[in-house]
Amino acid sequence: MRDLDGACDYVLGKVGDRAEAEVTVVQGRSALTRFANSYIHQNVAQDFRWARLRVSAGGRLASASTDRTDDEGLTGLVERTLAAAQLRAVDPDWPGLAPPARAPEVRSYDEATHFADPALRAEVVRDFVDAGEGLRAAGFCDSDGSFVAFANSAGQRLEGRRSSSTIEAIHRTAMSDGRGWQSSSRLSDIDGSATGRTAAEKARRGDDLVALEPGRYEVVLEPSCLANMLEFLRDGFNARTFAEGRSFVELGEGQLDPSITLWDDATDPRAISRGFDAEGTPKRRLDLVRAGVPVALCHDRRTAAKAGTESTGHGMAGGESAGAWAQNLFMAPGARSPGELIASVERGLLVTEFWYTRILDPKTQVVTGLTRNGTFLIEGGRVVGGVPNLRFTQSYVDALRPGNVLGIADDARLFNGTYHVPTVRLASWNFTGGAKG
Amino acid sequence: MFDLAQAAVEGALAAGATYADARAMVTATEGLSARNGVLERLSRNESAGVGVRALIGSSWGFFATPEPDGVRARRAGEEAAAIAKASALVPGPPMELAGVGAAQAHWDSPCEEHPFTVSVSERGDLLVAATATMKAVAGVGVAQAHMHAWDTEKWFVSSQGHRISQHLVECGTSMEATAVGEAETQRRSYGGIGGIWGTRGYEMIRAADLAGNAQRVGEEAVALLSAPECPPAVTDLILGREQLALQIHESVGHAIELDRILGWEAAFAGTSFLDLAELGRLRYGSELMNITADATLPGALGSFGYDDEGTPAQRVDIVKGGIWVGVLSGRDSASVAGLPPGGMVRSDGWNHLPMVRMTNVGILPGESSLEEMIAATDDGVYMETNRSWSIDDKRLNFQFGCEVGYEVKNGRLGRLLRNPTYTGITPQFWGSLDMLGGPDEWVFWGTPNCGKGQPQQYGHTGHPAVPGRFRGVRVGVRSR
Repeated sequence: MRDLDGACDYVLGKVGDRAEAEVTVVQGRSALTRFANSYIHQNVAQDFRWARLRVSAGGRLASASTDRTDDEGLTGLVERTLAAAQLRAVDPDWPGLAPPARAPEVRSYDEATHFADPALRAEVVRDFVDAGEGLRAAGFCDSDGSFVAFANSAGQRLEGRRSSSTIEAIHRTAMSDGRGWQSSSRLSDIDGSATGRTAAEKARRGDDLVALEPGRYEVVLEPSCLANMLEFLRDGFNARTFAEGRSFVELGEGQLDPSITLWDDATDPRAISRGFDAEGTPKRRLDLVRAGVPVALCHDRRTAAKAGTESTGHGMAGGESAGAWAQNLFMAPGARSPGELIASVERGLLVTEFWYTRILDPKTQVVTGLTRNGTFLIEGGRVVGGVPNLRFTQSYVDALRPGNVLGIADDARLFNGTYHVPTVRLASWNFTGGAKG
Repeated sequence: MFDLAQAAVEGALAAGATYADARAMVTATEGLSARNGVLERLSRNESAGVGVRALIGSSWGFFATPEPDGVRARRAGEEAAAIAKASALVPGPPMELAGVGAAQAHWDSPCEEHPFTVSVSERGDLLVAATATMKAVAGVGVAQAHMHAWDTEKWFVSSQGHRISQHLVECGTSMEATAVGEAETQRRSYGGIGGIWGTRGYEMIRAADLAGNAQRVGEEAVALLSAPECPPAVTDLILGREQLALQIHESVGHAIELDRILGWEAAFAGTSFLDLAELGRLRYGSELMNITADATLPGALGSFGYDDEGTPAQRVDIVKGGIWVGVLSGRDSASVAGLPPGGMVRSDGWNHLPMVRMTNVGILPGESSLEEMIAATDDGVYMETNRSWSIDDKRLNFQFGCEVGYEVKNGRLGRLLRNPTYTGITPQFWGSLDMLGGPDEWVFWGTPNCGKGQPQQYGHTGHPAVPGRFRGVRVGVRSR
């Protein structure tokens, strides 16, 4: 079996002068230990190795992938992709391949995480379960790592590697669930006991349920909720969505509260990323919102060429359809603690997590979903009890409009490997139903 | 390939597994997309590997490897057993498996015309023409059409003597037009839950008639921009059959998954409002509600010969006359619950652990028709084609948005309505079902992207459905 660079060379050699070509070869291992009812019931791992090829034969594009990466499999990949390209019309918007350029060094790799023994994940799980002191626990702890090689026929050659580990889990009482989570590029950073204590405390706090009518409430949203909001809002910064008129973004306009600043930065040590995108364009920091004003869009080579600018390093595999996406989003934290935000609320709700959120319209950013794993009533600056899960129907943009952001906490941290976000206090959130309708 | 699966099983047993099974798989997929009259994407992927399960104590250990040979396959089995052993640090009650016969068999899905034998240019032309027609409608900003096909071969071996091979051909197509207005966008699509999908050949796509529907889809997307918004009300709701399929998927299909009921999915997908103590007694809906999970329906997307544990495909009653009577199960969950195994465990590839999955969970037809429902409704709303779906982790509180709605006044369809939504609580909602379409309106809808599990997998599920009328439903939920 060839090494990753060798596999790239082999593919480019087989394509020869028949087409422009870019090839990505990835090899790695992912593993996940899953538990429910306080014991491990599913424990899985897989090795993977695959190659993806994109060719442009005189502007006729095609792409293909395979996990057969021996010489025969790679040869088949080349011939299959070239044959497919011949069936295409010339793409007038083909922007060409990324030119040679150095990518920044990204330090999000840990060998011990990449090749972690399942016993290490089991220890994290045991710590989480024990922290519940008799509560029912469920969730997962994973660890993975991968190497990637990229090469194209324009002379760009890059290598990267990354690892990640996450625990996301709940403790459960008869009435209520509470959640704890942590992500890092290193399994050794993951603290099962601390996340378990957080989850257990939330679950027990929620046991004392307070009935609440749907309506508009001031809210304190924990970081996972902000991550969920950015998951939808980031599509607005996709240059393709913007060009098609489907984005909420109005560049240069003060659409959001002046306290909101957003940027994308794969090179930040807190991010889990590689130093280049799927097209081989180096990553760099890109400011998206400065003091409430959207200032930039994410571009791949195609959208950049059409807009008369340069790629920002946000190309995706299959970007012809998907466009360019921010993948390492940071939201500027505030100076106050989450506790201080709660203390400043006269009457409102503290929300741990949003669940099953679905967007109704990308332009208005109206989303419906539910709260989950810890929703609490705040009165007089204190959490006074849990609240059954609530349904909301809310425009995520409207929630962040000027004047609606009443505070941002200093607790920004990484969620889901993509969003580095803090707790925020918002003036109003539209809850449209309870668990019973 | 049987030999590779056998080597994996032997590796697991030699490393201490009390039970092991393995699947060798070879999959080829092809996707085409067109946008605004141009073929935008053509991708071809192939994948081959072996995944092996090893049972030790209370936990499954699973390991998967690509590009297998005999040595790698055996090592995969050993790894699976080692992973299962590591689970002993946080142990539970010993896992048992409900008994099934050790079948040795082969099964082919029905396919008249394999999608890969139809030229790419012919398939591409179909999508290009459809998007060009939609885009030509004034006001349509984006017109898209897609086609996807899978060819999957599986070889399954278990330590109990199973030896089963299967060959499945699946495909589907969809198209949608997006009209962009000043303040919002409106989408109109063609097909069921994101398309027309089946375990069938290209004959299904030929019959889908994209070309014949493209103009209408484009015009309806534009018309929605200027339509009045669906007003808030509690009223009678008539659902088109493809929306009823989505309603079944979300508020019945997931709720009856036994792994959810047992708490095995509690942290992610969630649990269920159903309690096994109420099986056979709980009223799920009105007497018109008869739901089955039937993996034997020819051509439906959730059909197969044997599930990924080697249990034969079967039809299971889920709701009978409105009473909850059945679940979706596998050998492990059925054993815990003391129920017969339902043969509903599948994975989305060689690299993922099989889990409880919907087969074809659908409603049996009634005796009415959409036309009769509209004629019998004095004041209500008719909604068609899902646009958004959200439901809580117990599958109880849901809110769904549709692409299009129409007023129903005095037995006739009235004004077009934009942004129609409805919300409800599962048993109350199904309890209000009072009219159901007949056999002539029964269609096997399907969805190819049902997310579940960690690592997340995307299942192919089927949902036979007809139109239905529900009384006293809250519609028109708004953000302001």
